[in-house]
Amino acid sequence: MTTLLLADRIRTMKNTYTWMAFLLILTAFFAGCGRVADSNDTQGTIQIKGSDTLVNAAQKVSEEFMKTNPGVFVSVTGGGSGVGVASLINKSCDIASASREMMPKEIEQANKQGVFPKEIPVAHDGVALIVNKNNPIDKLSIQDLHNIFTGKAKSWKEFGGKDIAIVTLSREVSSGTYAHFKEEVVNLGDSNSNLEFSPQTLLLSSSQAIVEEVANNEAAIGYMGMGYLSDRTKTVEVAKKDEFYLPDIEAVNNGKYPLARLLYFYTNGEPKGAVKQFIDFALSPAGQQQFAETGFVPLGVAGAEKTQ
Amino acid sequence: MRKRPSEFIIELCIRLSGFLVIAFVFLIFLFLLKDALSLFASHSVGSFLFGKNWLPVSDPASFGIMPLFLGSLYVTIAAIAISVPLGVGTAMFIAEVAPKSIKGVLKSLVEILAAIPSVVLGFIGIIWLGPFMRNTFHLSTGMCGLTGSLLLAFMALPTIISMSEDALVGVPRSYREAATGLGATRWQTLWRIILPAASSGIIAAVMLGIGRVIGETMVVMMVTGNAPVMPTSILQPLRTLTATIAGEMGETVRGSEHYFALFAVGLILFIITFIINIFAELCAHRNRK
Repeated sequence: MTTLLLADRIRTMKNTYTWMAFLLILTAFFAGCGRVADSNDTQGTIQIKGSDTLVNAAQKVSEEFMKTNPGVFVSVTGGGSGVGVASLINKSCDIASASREMMPKEIEQANKQGVFPKEIPVAHDGVALIVNKNNPIDKLSIQDLHNIFTGKAKSWKEFGGKDIAIVTLSREVSSGTYAHFKEEVVNLGDSNSNLEFSPQTLLLSSSQAIVEEVANNEAAIGYMGMGYLSDRTKTVEVAKKDEFYLPDIEAVNNGKYPLARLLYFYTNGEPKGAVKQFIDFALSPAGQQQFAETGFVPLGVAGAEKTQ
Repeated sequence: MRKRPSEFIIELCIRLSGFLVIAFVFLIFLFLLKDALSLFASHSVGSFLFGKNWLPVSDPASFGIMPLFLGSLYVTIAAIAISVPLGVGTAMFIAEVAPKSIKGVLKSLVEILAAIPSVVLGFIGIIWLGPFMRNTFHLSTGMCGLTGSLLLAFMALPTIISMSEDALVGVPRSYREAATGLGATRWQTLWRIILPAASSGIIAAVMLGIGRVIGETMVVMMVTGNAPVMPTSILQPLRTLTATIAGEMGETVRGSEHYFALFAVGLILFIITFIINIFAELCAHRNRK
């Protein structure tokens, strides 16, 4: 469509100067493309791609890292854990960040392409459930959440709230948080279960969009990494059975928060050179401090390694 | 007469670029076709086109694009219903009614409208239009088809306005003079003479507007809620073909069924826009005769 519009516009370019300017811009554009392609091969550049949950934290770690290592340039992009893993397999990034483990299918695919992913846990995270501030609900069990997100429970009244229809919000399927939430809540941890999110569930493209909708909509409930929590929404206490916890550092730390998980970096084989330097920094106390500051739980303090 | 060498080279370049564009379109089509057809080794064409469930990451996965297709259709029809009267009306105003001084300003404003990035519109949709729709129509959520349609109508307007205006201006002066000579008022001339004379150009403009709307991704992904449910109402969250590709392509493992299914969705979109463009081209062509 754009090409046709463009063609239209070009037709109206009457004088030669406009034409020349247009050609110049075009040339500059292609020259620019060439440069970007080259920079991938430059040593001292690290591409990190993947989890939206981790993107802010990874950005912060890399900024801190670049202060002490001015020769290395780190670029961080999001898109979802699946995006990161896919680019690791395609060798278009050096580090894939993921809020879930790589799936056997993906590892097999990677091996086929000559990529041997190395898993490096970098921080702990709790998946937080948020509702609107006017929603009287403040506690939900995993079973309640299961009923809500599979569509078995239709109204907030069933949980002691107002008589309004529940609007469930989820991330897109490329999100690692989606995969984790589906496994733990929708399938109740049973890997053979083939239950699905209710088809009425809204799939939003970012954690920020979920915060925005929950802040504005009294009927909405959504989930996301605890790094995105703000005071514009209310965080729900969650219980596996009957002990309710907020997703704070302590509850994630001692493994009592039921929706805790590990966040990972993946590299192709053992990290080498600048990538190794970066990973070492991320795992050092100074690096872990950056994760803590962006709302995650540093590795060192977490006593429970297998919170899942 | 013998051609000068510079003339020959320039002609060659122009011819080459023409052929290159055709080759690109053809190659893109082949590329889509190759990956899309791989899906049909494991899933039947019928279950793909008419299936009512889009569950790409389940086991077993089902790839029915009916809800997505209907989602695209609903959003597009509503967007066109909003933007065509508005767009053609504006074009009529700019071309025939507005005084010269306003004309220039309006035309450049329409151009600016085209330059607004779709992600900005999407953001406005999330922050302002979504909550507004929810309160106005008393919906459970403002992330619905109509919110997307409104923003898409906004995006299709520049295309429709500038092309319709071209068509209206292109109506021969003699038509106007003849109508005035027969004693027709300005309104009669515009409504009964100029508009019908420009109709094929306007239809082409509308077709291109439809193409723009159906192919738009960012806005619909941000504001329509993306629930892959069979839509029954435009005031309900729904998911379009484009948003599905954009939202899920990141997750897929290369060479998996899901990956092929997304290519098949792309192929369907390609075919739809191709047909629309041909219609637009046919209409525009008839106009020139």
